[in-house]
Amino acid sequence: MGKYFDMLMEDVRMREGLSSCMNCGVCTGVCPAAEFYCYDPRQIVNIVQTKDDEAIERLMKSDTIWYCGECMSCRPRCPRGNTPGYVIQALRTLSQKLGFFVESEKGRQQLALKRTIGESILRTGFCLYPKLVDPERHPEQGPVWKWIFDHDQQVYEQFTPVYRKEGCGALRKVDEQTMEELHRIFEVSGGQAFFDNIEACSERKAREMGYDGANEAYFNDVYTTNNGEHSN
Amino acid sequence: MKRNSWQEYQKEIADDHYFYVRSCIRQNFFPGSEAAFLNILRNDLGRDVGEEARHTSCTGIGYHSDIVPLETIMTVVARQFAMMTEAGYEHFTSSCITSFGIYSEILETWKEFPETEERTREYLYKATGREFKKPKSLAHTSDIIFHHREQIGKQAVRPLVNVETGEPLKVVEHIGCHYAKLFPKSGIGGSEFPYVLAGMIESWGGEVVDYPERRHCCGFGFRNYLVQANRGYSIANSQKKLESMAPYKPDFIVANCPGCTMFLDKWQYAIAEMEGTTYGPDGQGIPVLSYEEMAGLVLGYDPWELGMQMHQVAVEPLLDKMGVRYDPAAKYLARNGKYIGQPEEAAVNLRCTSQPIIRKL
Repeated sequence: MGKYFDMLMEDVRMREGLSSCMNCGVCTGVCPAAEFYCYDPRQIVNIVQTKDDEAIERLMKSDTIWYCGECMSCRPRCPRGNTPGYVIQALRTLSQKLGFFVESEKGRQQLALKRTIGESILRTGFCLYPKLVDPERHPEQGPVWKWIFDHDQQVYEQFTPVYRKEGCGALRKVDEQTMEELHRIFEVSGGQAFFDNIEACSERKAREMGYDGANEAYFNDVYTTNNGEHSN
Repeated sequence: MKRNSWQEYQKEIADDHYFYVRSCIRQNFFPGSEAAFLNILRNDLGRDVGEEARHTSCTGIGYHSDIVPLETIMTVVARQFAMMTEAGYEHFTSSCITSFGIYSEILETWKEFPETEERTREYLYKATGREFKKPKSLAHTSDIIFHHREQIGKQAVRPLVNVETGEPLKVVEHIGCHYAKLFPKSGIGGSEFPYVLAGMIESWGGEVVDYPERRHCCGFGFRNYLVQANRGYSIANSQKKLESMAPYKPDFIVANCPGCTMFLDKWQYAIAEMEGTTYGPDGQGIPVLSYEEMAGLVLGYDPWELGMQMHQVAVEPLLDKMGVRYDPAAKYLARNGKYIGQPEEAAVNLRCTSQPIIRKL
């Protein structure tokens, strides 16, 4: 009893985010995720504060903790000054450290996020870059974005002198020394190990699900699968 | 009482000498806005803004997608502060709301849990050999425009007024969740009495629309947009806001956060294609502007130099209301003046009579 709770409390966001929730439900009332999904942040906070290991493990293996959009609308409204969004962040971090995230459809999506946003950071120095927002994967971006995507050089050079080139300005190519520093920061601070663990756990799960490893087919599965049972 | 409640949420905003860091989302979708911010500050207001090519993403989108650990983002942020320190600046300003939330959260966490700052300094030194001073002030770039709003108002050539009726334009403003929900005292007006954009609108002749879902999230929700399977969350939340604001017949939306600006624009396209619904007063979409674009129009900048051709919802109906003179044929020209083709039509703009039809020149 309390093993996972103690592990969660090593995260400063838990210490800042949870101190004796009284279950009033204001967080759920203002939560955009609760309106859309079968989701109730009040219940999550309540389960965590019971310190029940079995219940917390079930949470960390479930879709439930992955519904939150981290908008933090709950934070200024809680009369006790708690932040359910911080509790979610701590649960998600621990779920990944312990490899539990691959046990749910929404949790498995962490591989897609690592391979898109995470790899963009380590490749370009930015979370996203125009060529990452491929209209094939982003039909909702519409025809104007497709026009920009197809004519990126001619569109962007109107607004930045350094599109895909080194120097000061928007959408520059980040210089090699900076990229080396960024990579070393990820090595030293645990970011790279976190990425590697997402890959390793996904590889194991992909094989268990019948894929030949965490390949493109598995990526497409986690990126697009929605069993239709998440929403209200 | 409520009318003036925003005044309880004030913050120190430096008057000059800013160290500027860019936004992943804004530079991708609204690069003209970043250029306009620098032009307005440096050329119209005569302020000093320093920039450093070696800064990177703060990695905030990765952090809020829960793939970048807290220790890692703290060290990346520490490196940004090292860039500021090395360049001789003390006032840090970010072009992104997600980043602004990240910088606010990390500075507060270092204060609350000093051991995290100590560990970050060790990581940064070990990884890069760099050291840093914490900024004396932290501002989102909209805070700086807000700070100078009266001066911009004095230089205005096109106030936010309908030139045909003489009435103030009705403007919906959206400050973005991470501007003030994380730390209400770090945003003008806090999270309940948003005033950073409202102050600009009022100073420049417009009228702020107050509507029920004014404080609701735009629907980004990080993983809820970034993963294709989850995008129903994102469009549903944008739709909730659009449905709530439509009865007030706003002339345009202005947003603080580059992500919100993009989502409120693009999801109008998707809703029009999916359901045939548009939210503008005359069957069109509602134009969505960044605050730099709003300030730029007020100061007389050309809409295509501001990058407004990159919006999905056509802005021409708003330009016409404001009496902005623009060249429709220049909308899709490259820097060398050559025509570079134009986007296919979309339901959200179909009733937009001002949309130029350009043949190959």
